[in-house]
Amino acid sequence: MSTTIGTTSATGTSSAASNRGTAARGRTAVAVLATALGVSVLAACGGSDGSAPSGGSGGTESKTVTLVSHDSFNASPAVLKEFTRRTGYTVKVLKSGDAGEALNKEILTKGSPQGDVFFGVDNTLLSRALDNGLFTPYKAKGLDRVDTAAQLDRDQNRVTPIDTGDICVNYDKKYFADKKLAPPQSFDDLVKPQYKNLLVTENAATSSPGLGFLLGTAAQYGDNGWQDYWKKLKANGVQVVDSWELAYNENFSGSAGGKKAKADRPLVVSYASSPPVEVLYAEPQPQQAPTGVATGTCFRQTEFAGLLTGAKNEAGGKALVDFLISDTFQADMPLNMFVNPVVKSVKLPELFTKFGATVPEPGTVAPDKIAANREQWIQSWTSLVVK
Amino acid sequence: MDLTRGEVAGEAASRARPARPGPKGTRPTSKRERAGRAHAVRLALMAVPVAFFAVFFAYPVTAIVGRGLKADGTWQFGRVGEVLSRPDILGVLWFTTWQALASTAVTLLIALPGAYVFARFDFPGRHVLRAVVTIPFVLPTVVVGTAFLALLGRGGLLDELWGIRLDTTVWAILLAHVFFNYAVVVRTVGGLWSQLDPRQEEAARVLGAGRFAAWWRVTLPALAPAVAAAALMVFLFTFTSFGVVQILGGPAYSTLEVEIYRQTAQLLDLPTAAVLTLVQFAAVAAVLAVHARTVRRREGALRLVDPARTARRPRGTGQWALLGGVLATVLVLILLPLAVLVERSLDAPGGYGLGFYRALGSLDASGGTFLVPPLEAVWNSLRYALAATGVALVVGGLAAAALTRRAGRLVRGFDALLMLPLGVSAVTVGFGFLITLDKPPLDLRTSWILVPLAQALVGVPFVVRTMLPVLRAVDGRLREAAAVLGASPLRVWREVDLPLVRRALLVAAGFAFAVSLGEFGATVFIARPDRPTLPVAVARLLGRPGELNYGQAMALSTVLMLVCAVSLLALERIRTDRSGEF
Repeated sequence: MSTTIGTTSATGTSSAASNRGTAARGRTAVAVLATALGVSVLAACGGSDGSAPSGGSGGTESKTVTLVSHDSFNASPAVLKEFTRRTGYTVKVLKSGDAGEALNKEILTKGSPQGDVFFGVDNTLLSRALDNGLFTPYKAKGLDRVDTAAQLDRDQNRVTPIDTGDICVNYDKKYFADKKLAPPQSFDDLVKPQYKNLLVTENAATSSPGLGFLLGTAAQYGDNGWQDYWKKLKANGVQVVDSWELAYNENFSGSAGGKKAKADRPLVVSYASSPPVEVLYAEPQPQQAPTGVATGTCFRQTEFAGLLTGAKNEAGGKALVDFLISDTFQADMPLNMFVNPVVKSVKLPELFTKFGATVPEPGTVAPDKIAANREQWIQSWTSLVVK
Repeated sequence: MDLTRGEVAGEAASRARPARPGPKGTRPTSKRERAGRAHAVRLALMAVPVAFFAVFFAYPVTAIVGRGLKADGTWQFGRVGEVLSRPDILGVLWFTTWQALASTAVTLLIALPGAYVFARFDFPGRHVLRAVVTIPFVLPTVVVGTAFLALLGRGGLLDELWGIRLDTTVWAILLAHVFFNYAVVVRTVGGLWSQLDPRQEEAARVLGAGRFAAWWRVTLPALAPAVAAAALMVFLFTFTSFGVVQILGGPAYSTLEVEIYRQTAQLLDLPTAAVLTLVQFAAVAAVLAVHARTVRRREGALRLVDPARTARRPRGTGQWALLGGVLATVLVLILLPLAVLVERSLDAPGGYGLGFYRALGSLDASGGTFLVPPLEAVWNSLRYALAATGVALVVGGLAAAALTRRAGRLVRGFDALLMLPLGVSAVTVGFGFLITLDKPPLDLRTSWILVPLAQALVGVPFVVRTMLPVLRAVDGRLREAAAVLGASPLRVWREVDLPLVRRALLVAAGFAFAVSLGEFGATVFIARPDRPTLPVAVARLLGRPGELNYGQAMALSTVLMLVCAVSLLALERIRTDRSGEF
């Protein structure tokens, strides 16, 4: 961008400096910093032309559609280009923090949203979005191809389901092979003495998989039974950390990061898609995933997108929601976000079918029940397990 | 960190500062006229920084606090009492305070010998080491947290040697705070120590005082204000600690800053967050007020000498042992965690190598984590940091120029106000931006410029702290002489002030740059187009499973560390050069 201009002017600055300067030593350092100064001033003044992408308020407004999402959103550049080719709109992606944070930011800015479409509110937080009137109803084209079980707002279509995933306990295969111990398969297994001090999970108040796991236990043991289960889990030495990153990379012995960190927890709350991802990012690619999934401990997570109320580019937003459930986007999604497509006809990549686990019966909790109990459950969970 | 280093330099200069010149002799303009004009100039200079802080700090913070505490247009201050009577909140307050006090005490205990050694001993590699101990201060906590876990957590050095694990204990938090703030003490106290005339202590010894008595009676009283200033800064930084507590402490520990983040970003409980913000605000303001008093007491009064003359080779076993002890501490506490990062970045599958670094340059290896190769983050970071430095220099420089001439309470208040962003939670500022900067002409929420602006908020206090003492030390008679000779105020500034403060300006620029580079909080709370900065890119890579992602995160952290180290070393050169100039 303005680097070339910056250098020229910086030369001017530094020569002016040495004219008047008294110290001869350290002139290089001075010149370096003077260059920095020159560039920075220029970058501050003139950067808007070169480095700013066509913003929402710019002249190209009608041709840009802004997607607000969480940090985990990813799509292949080619797929986003395909959207532009089909509709003429360019997508600008704003990553707005983790799932909970991104949603809360949208609630705060309700009526004056940062973008046109929000993607990434899941079934655990859906009611918070809907109760706040975040979205304008829109029935996406091609909705009939979408799994009906995922359509949790079927009557009003304020949100459109985009993907599903399962939050499950993952296990370190090597640990259990070395110990000649069968890995746990169910919630009941996790409180057994042979699995004492092996599980690390995330804070349900601050982490999306943490909350999913809590809801999974609620699905399994009922509105009043889950507290007892967590008491047993706590007695069996469950460790709670604040984020998925800490749990998975630092404390779980089966992950690449955990191996380096000499992690000592062979069980972690993560996703059913984590084992294929471990394979994808290993070099050379192993024959087998280093981790497995305890398929009896899963909670089904569904992620939605919606047209933001007050969107500047509503037409573009609608086109984008349509595109998110198109075959092109749905097929691209698994390897970018490690989730399952909601459009049933879209095939999963081989990586998933080969290394991933199929979860026969993931736990679910009805959306209205989550809405009614979420805050209170989180609070009692916190005082029960964390404090 | 060197919030006070500039002041030390100022003191060096103040020995040359005469008493205020008496208003004698003939002048082209009357005293009153001149005073009026000076006042007008000061107001004009202050306009930019005042506007900057009003728009990018006061307005957003007030708005987000108002969102939590206002109902139907009226402030609900009753909520303050409600929130503050909750036992969990009281627990947070208590923990925040005592861990900050304890961290400050431990940091002083460990770093004061370091300050002495760096100030008084001449040994090879001293300057490089001085820069190295400063690196932690400008590194983002996500990165450091990971490194520290590797040291104190399972499988860490302590675990391997003695089977001690400190993660999720308060000891890990305290030690990490020492790691971060070591440089604050070494630079603040050491800076003054190196300029104290050793002959004073020697004189006391000649007169019969023992080694300890001489130190206790002569050196310590001279150092006390610097120690107090350093202690206050460490207290301020640890009181508002975020990443360290979150990563090393686990969910059971929570400082005010962490709790504000949880209440705002995760739970959206704005009333509670607003009350906590006010409490933190009050506490930080109190600390700053005490700090301002200490600093004022310190100005003048001391006899200072050129630091190059006070440093010498260590003599005798005692001094060598002290040097060895300090070097060992630096090695274990600071170099080791940094080395762990480097080691992990090189630990590629199939033996050590640069595989992860090579992957940083390609798009494929990131698996779509970014729309650009991760290495682009380096350029993003540099660009943002340069822009932030520019903004910080303009705003901070004008503020310092306006504050140069001592004036009433109002100006002093403004001085303290400039420091407040250091004590206000990044999440509060970030969320405040979201709800305020959404309408033209300030529709900046999705603009790239918001990132450097947020970073500049943190950089400005450093610029002011570095520039102000030097500007104040400029002999007022020079300006008057120039004015008498017919120079306009602008010309006076250009011909008199600027040449004298150019060094300070560069030092200030360097610090603003380094701090912006590592700034994580505000950057991460601002939704931005897909142009991650280095710290944000590291955090995102850590957010996905898989060896390549983890390795790249470590490699990128190492790159960040090197970039910071290089800018700090450049600063160090300017600094060592400076003694003859002022």
